[in-house]
Amino acid sequence: MSIPSDLKYTKSHEWLRQEADGTVTIGITDHAQEALGDIVFLELPDAGRTVKAGEECAVVESVKAASDIYAPVSGEVVARNDAAVDAPESVNQDAYAAWLFKLKPGNPAEIGALLDAAAYAKVADEH
Amino acid sequence: MVDFAGWEMPIHYGSQLEEHHIVRRDAGMFDVSHMRAVDVAGCDAQPWLRRLVANDIAKLTLPGKALYSCMLNPQGGVIDDLIIYFFSPTRYRIVVNAGTADKDLGWMMKQTDGFNVSVTGRPELAMIAVQGPNARAKFWVAFPEAKAASENLVVFQAAEWNDWMIARTGYTGEDGFEITLPAADAPAAWQKLLAAGVAPIGLGARDTLRLEAGMNLYGSDMDETTLPTESGLTWTIDLKDAGRDFIGKSAMAARPPQRQLVGLLLEDRGVLRSHQQVITQQGNGETTSGSFSPTLQRSIALARVPLGVNIGDEVEVEIRDKRLKARVVKPNFARHGKALI
Repeated sequence: MSIPSDLKYTKSHEWLRQEADGTVTIGITDHAQEALGDIVFLELPDAGRTVKAGEECAVVESVKAASDIYAPVSGEVVARNDAAVDAPESVNQDAYAAWLFKLKPGNPAEIGALLDAAAYAKVADEH
Repeated sequence: MVDFAGWEMPIHYGSQLEEHHIVRRDAGMFDVSHMRAVDVAGCDAQPWLRRLVANDIAKLTLPGKALYSCMLNPQGGVIDDLIIYFFSPTRYRIVVNAGTADKDLGWMMKQTDGFNVSVTGRPELAMIAVQGPNARAKFWVAFPEAKAASENLVVFQAAEWNDWMIARTGYTGEDGFEITLPAADAPAAWQKLLAAGVAPIGLGARDTLRLEAGMNLYGSDMDETTLPTESGLTWTIDLKDAGRDFIGKSAMAARPPQRQLVGLLLEDRGVLRSHQQVITQQGNGETTSGSFSPTLQRSIALARVPLGVNIGDEVEVEIRDKRLKARVVKPNFARHGKALI
């Protein structure tokens, strides 16, 4: 199970990367894709939508189940990964390369409250 | 691993999609020991079964031949769907679903008054289903000594071989065998099949395979509140012998079906699941099973909809906050390695 040390994480198995331009990129963890199994459908938020931290804003469906994805932080959606929508299996192949959407954070302080890799490793171990 | 009617079972061993394709293209095996064999014997075995179930076992004359049937309650609802194997008019074997096994056995026992018949659950027997276009050939590689007993079986026929039953049946829409054997023999048999190139397949692919083949799942697509005539199973009700009175017959005659079970093919992107609302011009219905079809690379479902809905109709399915387009199709999506739509 891969947990890159340069990312932030949530207890609900999303990852977040801070970009140089101030936006954040969000996806699901390797642990999450492994637990979901073969992913066949992604429903991602449209650019322009405003989300609150913890809000359901995307859905990842595998052959066996549908799983809600929560916004790790508040903000405005600035991009969605349509290439991943066209090839949902890319999330299974590399969960950190196949990002889902990008946010412009509304409250950057929320990022500091997310889990680091070591803390997330403990969460993933328990599930 | 998940709990399934008290049995701890794997949803998948590796990739569920891969497992699905292996069964459509080659050979896979399922540990289906959760299914329960029930042996029926006695000089009244035949008349008892003719009363117990909606299909008519009197049509079975070839030894080992099997019949799919519903066992109905007095209201015409489905207590379970099962397969009955005929060995002689005084000896049959029934195979029932895991989740309903104890209920079924209790119901069967209650119906034996006045019949000279013994009904014996066989929970000590294990079951391995070997399915796929190469399933029989690979089974014979693993068990060459069983070939003579099983190579001439027609579809839906079983042979008794030592203390095993080898049946040319399944729940995938592919050729193959279901082997019923003493639990003590099962681990070694599994290993031999593995060595012969038969891949282990989990519960997840079992569900997508049966759904593509348009086979009902008890508890999802029908239950005690649904009539077989509203569950796509009218073909299993045998009314030819007007003198035969089976349990549920009169209730069914008094309850003409209002709904029907159809197939849905999702035309928009998304995944159909059970219990989604289906909106048709004739009124609303509901999906009873749904998934992604690995063979069609589209989402499919079984749905119970009002009677006036026709094959080819466009309907809508409510998924979360959206209404997606779907087409009504015959519930037979893929079998024998091929897409049928």
